[in-house]
Amino acid sequence: MLKKLLRSKYFPIIITSVLFVVLFGIGSALFEGFFSLQVFLNLFIDNAYLIVIATGMSMVLILGGIDISVGSVIAMVCMASAAMLRDHVNPYLVMLLMVAVGAAFGFTQGCLIQFFKIQPFIVTLAGLFFARGMTAVINTTSINIKDPTYVAISNAKIPLPGGNYVSPGVVIALVLLAAASLVMTYTKFGRTVYAIGGNEASANLMGLPVGKTKILVYTVNGIYSSIAGIVFSFYMLSGYTRHAVGAEMDAISSSVIGGMSLTGGIGYVPGALFGVLINGTIQTLITFQGTLSSWWAKIVSGLLLCAFIVLQRMILKNKGVGES
Amino acid sequence: MKRFKRSPLFWPTMGLCAVLLFDLIFLPGFFTIQLKNGYLYGRVIDIVNNAATLMILSIGMTLVIATGGTDISVGSILAISGAIVAQMLGPGQTARTPLAVCLLVALAVSAVLGCWNGMLVAVVGVSPMVATLILNVAGRGIAQLITGGQIPTVIYKPFCMIASYVPGMPLPFSVLIVILMFVLAELYTRKTSFGMFVESVGTNATASRYSGINAVMIVFLTYVISGLCAGVGGFITTSIIKAADANNAGYLIEMDAILSVALGGTKMTGGRFSLGASIIGALIIQSLTTTLYAWGVPPQVLPVVKAVVVILICLIQSEEFRGLLGRIGNGERKRAHA
Repeated sequence: MLKKLLRSKYFPIIITSVLFVVLFGIGSALFEGFFSLQVFLNLFIDNAYLIVIATGMSMVLILGGIDISVGSVIAMVCMASAAMLRDHVNPYLVMLLMVAVGAAFGFTQGCLIQFFKIQPFIVTLAGLFFARGMTAVINTTSINIKDPTYVAISNAKIPLPGGNYVSPGVVIALVLLAAASLVMTYTKFGRTVYAIGGNEASANLMGLPVGKTKILVYTVNGIYSSIAGIVFSFYMLSGYTRHAVGAEMDAISSSVIGGMSLTGGIGYVPGALFGVLINGTIQTLITFQGTLSSWWAKIVSGLLLCAFIVLQRMILKNKGVGES
Repeated sequence: MKRFKRSPLFWPTMGLCAVLLFDLIFLPGFFTIQLKNGYLYGRVIDIVNNAATLMILSIGMTLVIATGGTDISVGSILAISGAIVAQMLGPGQTARTPLAVCLLVALAVSAVLGCWNGMLVAVVGVSPMVATLILNVAGRGIAQLITGGQIPTVIYKPFCMIASYVPGMPLPFSVLIVILMFVLAELYTRKTSFGMFVESVGTNATASRYSGINAVMIVFLTYVISGLCAGVGGFITTSIIKAADANNAGYLIEMDAILSVALGGTKMTGGRFSLGASIIGALIIQSLTTTLYAWGVPPQVLPVVKAVVVILICLIQSEEFRGLLGRIGNGERKRAHA
């Protein structure tokens, strides 16, 4: 039974969800007022943008690639929206434009990776520098968003039973997560992504559209990062050059904790949600504790990341694959 | 000349010359060097001094990348090393602990962190990017833990001299450290079989193992060396700002170090490497930075220029792109004939 469970492809995601429940349980046992639906929902509200980029990152990781530009794209989107809204551009037009910018950004990165065979890490590293720099080109200081539509969305509370609520950002994040999960599991496109991540050369020999799929995944990830940027601008209501610094590493670590492997071809997109929730719970635990300093969050999430990586290696060795 | 053109140093040197040529034409006085009280001052000296940390990091990073890996934890290790030294020296004019002891402890810790990375990559078999991501995330937390969330300042004279001038030597002391580290690394990689083994593992790890090379040990060692380099980099960075900033010291410097190696022409997939070319790569980045500052570009805009340079250099190195250029060139020639 145990062996069967260990060999199951759902094993990492089971471990991740169990760990989340345990962490939340520890919090509830230790602190009064921790065990409430609103604390749970706040995890989603505070990390909505992270859910979006972790979802996009998971797709890229399953493809066997990497994208470290996402945090900078968030900053760029926030700053560009803030600047345009200050000049009274229609807010819906701004959102549309931002998605288009994200798509173009991802598409360019995908093309550079596919056509010129430059390493994804280097291309997206350039993307990271470029987007962060463009943020400063638009404006070097911070801009507040005062547009009534944005403020209204930012303050909107979607009521849930029992007097609890979520923000519109959470709904956007969950819809995007569900869409990505369904596409990756049930469509030809999704299977192609897994095939490329498993072995690009074989996927090519099988006649799968490798180039098209790769560019499409990076484009979709660009769109996801720009939507994360929009969600983040609802949350922060400002544009600032140092917004979402290091968010790409949070997204990668959430995906890895959620069961994605950096070698590609392995993992389930919904796992990313649990990765984000675990990181969020650690933050919340430290806030509730009060006396522990914030840097413990970094150390603990580093340790967790380490534990999950070792666990993954054990599973892979058990299956006899991934020897390299 | 022909031999130089084929050397790995050729393209990086050309790149550096291009930047310096721009300075020569557009920024009068860029190359002025003054001698004050027996010390040399000037923009060029500043470039070399400010690039010291990056040059040292790029030595370790070159070896790691040559085995086909990456080390994104160097910025965090650098911060930890700086934090240890600052904390042990104390804030006063006199040192709480002898300087040599502080430096040795910091170096030992950096080496241990390098061992940790090396163990995960070489022994456990985790992909390098994730393995070093652990310390990238947790390392700054550890550095803050050491400094207690403060930014301890250091005013102990001998330590501050590391990034400045030592009596009797016209060049900043950090330059001497770089030269020493470079010579040591060059001797170790070229006068022993280590360098060849690194290239062999980077080209084909499986084949190297079958030919009797201890690939695990080689990969492990490159991460230890990278950790040590980061430790030394921590001394210089801390000495420049005279404080250990756990959050911002060496922030994103791992990206610059990887960039220096890429500029130096070492392939990200591993294989042949040149330490000298990576050092020139680091100098290109720093002279580009200094040039743009002198030109009046705001520091936050700098990354845009860096990004464009990276992509251009990668395109030039990409065979597909050169093929495309060749085809366009041929097409034009044909049209000219017709």
